[in-house]
Amino acid sequence: MRGRLHNPIVEGVSSFLVPFIQIFALYVITHGHYGPGGGFQGGVILAASMMLLRLTLGEEYEHRTFSPKLAGIVAAVGILIYAFAGLVPLAWGGNFLDYAHLPIPGLSSAELRYHGILIVETGVGMVVWGTLVTLFDHLIGSEP
Amino acid sequence: MNWLTGVILALFFGLLIYAESDLPDSRAVTAPARARVVDLYIERSYPDTRTPNIVTSVLADYRGYDTLGETVVILTAGLAVSLILPRNSRRG
Amino acid sequence: MMRFAMNYYDLMTAALLVIGLYGMVGKRNLLKKVIGMNIFQTAIFLFFIQAGTKPGATVPVWDPRIASEAAGYINPLPHVLILTAIVVSVATTGVALALLITIYRRYGSLEEATILERMRKSS
Repeated sequence: MRGRLHNPIVEGVSSFLVPFIQIFALYVITHGHYGPGGGFQGGVILAASMMLLRLTLGEEYEHRTFSPKLAGIVAAVGILIYAFAGLVPLAWGGNFLDYAHLPIPGLSSAELRYHGILIVETGVGMVVWGTLVTLFDHLIGSEP
Repeated sequence: MNWLTGVILALFFGLLIYAESDLPDSRAVTAPARARVVDLYIERSYPDTRTPNIVTSVLADYRGYDTLGETVVILTAGLAVSLILPRNSRRG
Repeated sequence: MMRFAMNYYDLMTAALLVIGLYGMVGKRNLLKKVIGMNIFQTAIFLFFIQAGTKPGATVPVWDPRIASEAAGYINPLPHVLILTAIVVSVATTGVALALLITIYRRYGSLEEATILERMRKSS
């Protein structure tokens, strides 16, 4: 946590694996409808990929790509996505968090609820991702 | 471990064993342990939301308000940690 | 009248609860208390999940090829509650560890007796 490990095997393997971990995390978030998974689980896997990079490649390298301020912004945007998915149906004649009144044209009520669940799970995944990376940075991280 | 801790733990264990005898007879009974609403959730999840995963549809659609509150709880924990431990107060 | 033919899962849950409580009450190091709290929470999760299963039923993912009526699926509500509880436990542990780091920087130790003595000396 205080700089790079300077071990080529560890650095090479972890920087090779991180894109696959992130793609798997996106798979877990979007396939939460068909099997176990969803927003919370995918967000944790995304945060774990960021932690792997911070542990093996050192702080200076990682803060240039995903800085702690960006983690806070991602968490805030996630909760705003959830809140807007709840508030927008109010303007179109439904209740709060009533996905059947979302303004997407040409879909039946059941498919609107399907897409409402997908939007909400993406928001939750972003909140969990941003918060766990923030926790890691403040508990373990060093100076930029 | 002194004797007071041992007494507390033994009392707690005895209380748990005594309370276990009041639980339903087996885990396999459907009538008293399942609320009336669980069968509705299972049967109407796919026609209402076209989502085969019943846990996701209950978490995000039927009980979405609780999930909103719980997401705010996670955000509050992140906010609290970033206020207790500022990042520029490390080396000192 | 107490039944002595206990269910195996209840005994395991009670044992984990007692271990967690011993960690919170019987140990004097603050970090061990936090770990005891985590063990306690894990015992509660296990108890809820195993209390909702039943033999002959499948996971709560709707598949008409396996079971097409409500009695063929296990109860999905404990899973929903435990998802929330796991994330709340992660948040609580994060804040507790942040407080421990602040206490260590202020008093230089994580033992209960040493912290109390230094607090009395500094006041």
